[in-house]
Formats: sequence, C-alpha cells, structure tokens
Amino acid sequence: MAETIRICTFLLEGRTFAVPVAEVREVVKDLETTPVPLAPPAVLGLAHLRGQIATAVDLRHRLGLTARRQGDQSVNVVVQGAEGLVCLSVDEVGDVIDVPQGVVERPPDTLRPAVREVVRGICKLEDELVLLLDTERAVDPSP
Amino acid sequence: MADEVMSEFLAEAGEILDGLERDLVAVDGGNLDPADVVAGTFRAFHTLKGTSGFLGFEKLAGVAHAGEDLLCAIRESQVVWSRGVTDALLEVLDALRAILGEAARTEKDGDNAYPDLVARLKALSEPGAAAGPEPKEAAAAPPAVEAAPAPVFQPRAPPPKLVRPPRGAPTSPPAPATEPAPPGSHAPRASEPHAEPGDAASTLRVPVPVLDRLMSLVGELVLARNQLICQEATREDARLAATSQRIHQLTTGLQEAVMKARMQPIDNVFSRLPRVVRDTAQVCGKQARLVTSGQDTELDKTLLEAIKDPLTHVVRNSVDHGIEGPELRLANGKAAEGTVAIRAFHDGGQVIIEVEDDGAGVNLTKVRAKAIALGLVTQEEADRLSERDTVDLVFRPGFSTADAVTQISGRGVGMDVVRTNVERIGGSVEMLSAPGRGCTCRIRVPLTLLIVPALIVTSKRERYAVPQASLVELVRISSEREAQMVVDVHGSLVLRLRGAILPLLDLATMLGTGNAGRASDGALSVVVLSAEGRQFGLLVDEVADTEEIVVKPLGRHLQALGAFSGATVRGDGRVALVLDVAGIARRAGLLAAGDARANRGVAAVRAGARRPYLILRGRDDGRLAIPLGDVARIEEIARERVEQVGGSEAIQYRGTVLPLVRVANALLERRKRPRLAAEEVPDKLQVVVQQWGGREVGLVVDSIVDVAEEEVALDPTRARPGVAGCAVIQGRITEILDTAALLAAQVGAAPEAPRG
Repeated sequence: MAETIRICTFLLEGRTFAVPVAEVREVVKDLETTPVPLAPPAVLGLAHLRGQIATAVDLRHRLGLTARRQGDQSVNVVVQGAEGLVCLSVDEVGDVIDVPQGVVERPPDTLRPAVREVVRGICKLEDELVLLLDTERAVDPSP
Repeated sequence: MADEVMSEFLAEAGEILDGLERDLVAVDGGNLDPADVVAGTFRAFHTLKGTSGFLGFEKLAGVAHAGEDLLCAIRESQVVWSRGVTDALLEVLDALRAILGEAARTEKDGDNAYPDLVARLKALSEPGAAAGPEPKEAAAAPPAVEAAPAPVFQPRAPPPKLVRPPRGAPTSPPAPATEPAPPGSHAPRASEPHAEPGDAASTLRVPVPVLDRLMSLVGELVLARNQLICQEATREDARLAATSQRIHQLTTGLQEAVMKARMQPIDNVFSRLPRVVRDTAQVCGKQARLVTSGQDTELDKTLLEAIKDPLTHVVRNSVDHGIEGPELRLANGKAAEGTVAIRAFHDGGQVIIEVEDDGAGVNLTKVRAKAIALGLVTQEEADRLSERDTVDLVFRPGFSTADAVTQISGRGVGMDVVRTNVERIGGSVEMLSAPGRGCTCRIRVPLTLLIVPALIVTSKRERYAVPQASLVELVRISSEREAQMVVDVHGSLVLRLRGAILPLLDLATMLGTGNAGRASDGALSVVVLSAEGRQFGLLVDEVADTEEIVVKPLGRHLQALGAFSGATVRGDGRVALVLDVAGIARRAGLLAAGDARANRGVAAVRAGARRPYLILRGRDDGRLAIPLGDVARIEEIARERVEQVGGSEAIQYRGTVLPLVRVANALLERRKRPRLAAEEVPDKLQVVVQQWGGREVGLVVDSIVDVAEEEVALDPTRARPGVAGCAVIQGRITEILDTAALLAAQVGAAPEAPRG
C-alpha cells in the first residue's frame, strides 16, 4: 500500500478532475493564444511559453461540458504531451495531493462517453470523487 | 568514461565498416584488386575483434574472428578470392553492423552469434575451397601486411603493429580507379571532411546531441534577438540601439558558425550506395555501376540523415525498374552494364541531388495501366493525363510498377514515401523521364531546417509566415488594374500575370476566416508561390515584412490539417503559423491529392482528384472545358493581326509564328457547317495558348466564361472527334475538349477556309 501517486486537481464545471503531478510542467494564468484556423474546436490556439510553442486545449470542450462564457476565469495546466507542450485550460486549479495507488479504481461504466474516454481512473477521497485524466488522451484535441 | 570509450568505439567501428564496404564493392566491380584489400580487411577485422573482446562483446569478436580467418587463408594463398568470398564478407559487415546497432542500444552485443555465417566462413576458409561460382581472379602474391594502405582503427594507445603505414606505398599496381573508392581512401571522412589523416590535433569528435543543443540554443537566441530588435525600435536610446545592433551581428555570425559545424559532406550517404547498386543488380540479374559526383557538397547533418533512406530507395528503384536486363540493353544498342549517376550540387540555398539512370525511362502506358488497375485513377482520367502528370503517378500512395513484387522493390511502399519524407524536411522530389534513354529523379532539400527566411503576411489580423523557398514574387494589384488582372466568375479566381494565367486563392477563404482585405487605397496583395512545380497566387490582406524564423513543429493533429508546416515565435512574443504552401495548394485541389502525408487511402485520393478547368462558351451557348493544366496563357488579340499562311491562320507572337486553330470550326465541321455563314465576326479574338508538340499553338475560342474546379466524372460515350466526352461542371453539361486530338487533326493539315 506504500505506493502513492501525487496528483494535481482542478475544477471544471464544479467537478474535480486531476492529472498526475509528474506530468505537469507548470500552471499559467494568462496566456495569449494565436488561433489556428481549421483546427478542431477544442483547440484554443498556440501559445508561447519561454521559447517553446504549446497547443492550448479547452478541456471543457474536450470533455463535452458546457462552453465557458466570455470573461469566465480560466487557468492553464501545462503538461508535456507526446508531441510537445499542451496547455489544458481549466476553470480553477485545486490542490496537490498524494493518493494511494489502491484507491484509484476503474472509471464507472455510467460515465458519459466523452468523459469516460479520457478518464483513466477514479479516486475516492474522503469528501469527493476525483476523476483522474489520461493525459495523452486529454491533450488529443480531436475526440 | 566508459560511455566515452564505448561511443568512440562504435563510431570508429562504423567508419571501418563503411570503408571496408566501399572496398569490397569496388573489388566486386573490378575497380580494385582483391590483393589490395586483403591485408587491410584482415587488419580491420583483427582490430574489431581485439577491441570488442576488450569491451566484452563476444558475439562481435566471434564473427570478426571468422572473417579474419577467411582473410588469413586468402593471404596465405590457401583460398582464392571469389565472388562467394565477397558476398560472405559483405554479410559479415551486415552482421557486425547489426551487432553494433544492438550494442549502441543496449550496451550488450545481443544473442545472435550468426552461427550459419560463421560456419560458411569456416567452410570458405578450408584450403582449396574455391567457393562460390565464377572465381574472378586469383589473389596476387600476398602483399606484405604492413605495407598496404588500409583503414586503421586507432585506439588511444595503438599497439605498434597498427601504426598507419606511410601513404602511397602500394604493393601492387594501382587499380583502375575510376570511382568511387580509390584505394587507400578510407580516411574517416565522416567527421573530418577536410582533414588529412594524421592531423587529428586540429579536429575533434563532438557528440551530435551537443551540436543539436547548440543549434537549438542558437535558434532561441535568434528569437530573443528578434524580440530585442522589436523592443529597441520603440525606444530612442542610441546606446541600446548600438548594443542591439552588435548582438544582431554576433547572432548572425554564431548562427552561421554553428550551421557550418553541423554540415557534413553528402559523401557520408553516397558511400553506402555502391553497395546498394551492387546488391540490387545482383538480385535483379542486371549489371549496373554507380558514378557519383559532387560528394563534397555539404548538408546539415539532420537533413543528411533524413535523405538517406529516400535516396537509397530511389537508387534501388533506378536499378530495379530503370535499368534493363543485359540482353535487352544489348539489343537496344546500349552497353550491357547500366549506369546510375548521382550528382549533388548547390543551387540557390538548396541542395539538389539528381539520380539519373540510362535505362528504359518510365513506361507511360504501363504506368497508366497500373494506376487504373490499382484504382488510383479512372480510365478517363488516365487518358487525359499529360506526360508529366503520368510520371507523377509513381508518387501516388500504393503505386508500384514492378511486374512482379521483387525482393528489392515493388512492395507498394515506394516513391510516395520518398516524396513524403523529402517534403517533410522542406524539400521536393520530381521525376523526369526520357523514354528509352533513362530517368532522372531530382531531389531538392534545403541547406538547413531550423532557421529559414520567411515572408510575413497578414490575414484577418493574424500573421502567417511563408517560407521564402516557395516564394516567386509579390504582386500588388491596384483597384484600376484589378478588373484586368483578376478574373472572378462564380467564386473561382484567376490571376492574369504578364500573359500567364495562375489560379488565385484567397488565404482567408482557404482558412475559413472570411475574405481577403484590401490596403487603404483599395489595392490587393498577391503572393505568387510555387509548390511541386506549380505556381499559384495567394491573396493576403497585407505583406508585412521578411524575417528569419525558427520553425517549430506542430502536433500531429494540427500538422494533419495540411495547411501549416509549423509555427514560430515572433519578435513581439506572439506565435505565428507557418503556411504549408504545398498543403494549401493541395487543399485547393491545385496539386494531385495523391500525397501520402494524409494517408487517406485510395478512395479518398480519387475523391480528391479535383482539377481546375477553363470553361468556354461554345456555339448554341453550349459549354466547353479545357483542363487548366494544358493552358499556357490566355491572350486577347485584334482580328487584324491574323494573317494567312499557306491556307492556315497564324499571328506573329513573341517573335515567332503562332498557328491558330479555331475551336468552333474544328468541332463544327463535323456537324452543321452551314451555320457558320450567319456568324458574327468579333473584333477581338480570345486565344488560349497551349504547348503542343514542342511549340505553341493558339486555340481561338468564342469566349472564356470561368475557371471551375471540380471532380469531374467524364462520360466517354459522348465523345466525338476533338471532344473527350461530357461531364457536369457547375451543374451544367459541359464537353471536355481533347485538345491533343483536336490539334493533331488540325495543325499541319489545312484548317477551315478563313471566314469573313
């Protein structure tokens, strides 16, 4: 039971999601993006992060949630994808917590397909359920 | 430290093997006497065996040992050198390479001890085992080991017997050194292009990752420099300006120096090709030799790596598909041995590599038939393909003309992969064929990848970079001249530029963001671009500036859009997309969609076969169409300029005589000729100039209606002389002209008696 993983939680439409901290590069608040015409709608654009170019993906869109309204605050969780940096745009960043491997379970079959597709597991914490995302899938903008 | 010894060993061993391979292939081709290579090869194996034993690579040592034994037997005249020996030794090289590859990955030498190969070498080493067919020539008197020029692996403390002999001390008469491996040329050119062997003090082996890191740092520096210049421009500070200017110069100098450090002679790739030619020829039962030139041409290391496989494939193809069998060649009055010539040279910031063979050339009929059989094109499409387009079919995914799938090629992965790989590094490939005389494959690659000069254009307030390699010219069209230069009917735009007509695309429309804007005075900005040999105009809002950009790759999903080849960070810190010029042309249907990049399969390729057509108004308001690809220019000429020449009509045009063919008459003469009498004679004639049989011919048409771009389903049952068939274009039945047939029937023969 000693095996734990450290996860970084964040909120989307009031629900808690997480990615392993090991995959997070940084968290960035304001990000100027250059739109990419013709790109899948989940792609917000390209952003410049200290000499590197990152693809900004709207996680709400990716998970099929309601669209973010103009002026709603957002934060970017920057993760390293297989093909470069990806900024996952989320509503709010939560905590970094250690969870024992054992509490990560298979996602329930009842999850919506759009969500289930990118969820790797579900962590039962004391007061809430955290959906652990499969980073590789989450950064893939074309569901 | 151990790592360093290891990597040094791997690099040196690789060079030794490359040198040996060159020698063995040269021996095989009769360009080098076996006696000249026995000693050197022996010692090379011995050295490899010794060092690998030291590093604990027993498998490697075992194989090298068996090779050494064979050479020892040859040296002592117990065994005669034969083709079988060459084959076996080449296999030893392959085995050693495989083991070294394993060692590079795992630091162990793997499980394969190559028992079969070792056994064969042993059998060959038996005294009197003149193994293999057709023993070529007996080894001459065994040369003194120490005297022959030979590759030498020099460990840090070389044992005395490995000391390099003085150059130019051959024991046997010099071989007829025609190419590509003169004896004694195994100085490790790979990393020391201009270094004479022995001046090791002035050269240094640098791990490639260090160079890569340097290059990417220089890339970052270029970006930071651009930002500095951008910020400096907003301040009035002379000292800052001077410093920034200095940094600008230093950056440029540093960039050039680092780029130079990464340059390697293309010979590093060429040196492998004699073996490729030899092996391929052997498997195909052909005779071929390789001639190389320009092997000193330098290219960025990454690019060199990237063209290795495509080039190998092209060379293989030349032997397998290009060069004919010896009997056929003799029957056609050619030498039994075919020649594959490879040339490399610089041309305006690019490196051009040409692979030319003196074989049969591309068999157009066969290629068309094959493309139809594979479902790449329909019969009708194939019939209309120009020679050039037909040759281009070999680049379609899944195309293969080999009658039989051979071991070498014809497995359906072929030229399309070559094109994809070359284009991925910003290059291009084209095939030129002269039936009966041979085929030339021309590969163009940029000198370097990372930092490219680009033109910055704007569209809908966003900036895009256009690589200057694809830029032809910039055209500004004032509102007065617009009507003349831009023909816009039914949404398809054509640019008339100095008599030529070019398809005109609107960048904003292509990107789905709207329509191109105008300058404040109403002028339009057009960037004329070239992709895969086709030119087209691109309408943008504004042409901003030129800038050196550092291209960063995009993720797979954005790359797959086929519109952008990368992105760059600009001076203001914003990201700008780099336009993929060929991709945009392809999206617009200007280029054949048979590009493997998208890997969309045969059906999609066919669906994408949209071609632009020039739509004409025929008699009775009927519609005619000519494939736009056939059209060279459109001219409007005054009727008075038409002269009578021997019963035909012609005009003086660009210093030559341009024969005219009246399309309506050519078609109508087979229908209702009497109608002609009632014809009104216009003052101006519309002439479509077209290449035909090596000269230009003018087709006189009634009026030009439009340019349409559609996937056309031709109904050949409606064909008549001069007309290939009917198709529905823009929702109307349109006759597609078969201009080749029409001209064949008209030019030379007396056309219709002149009217009016």
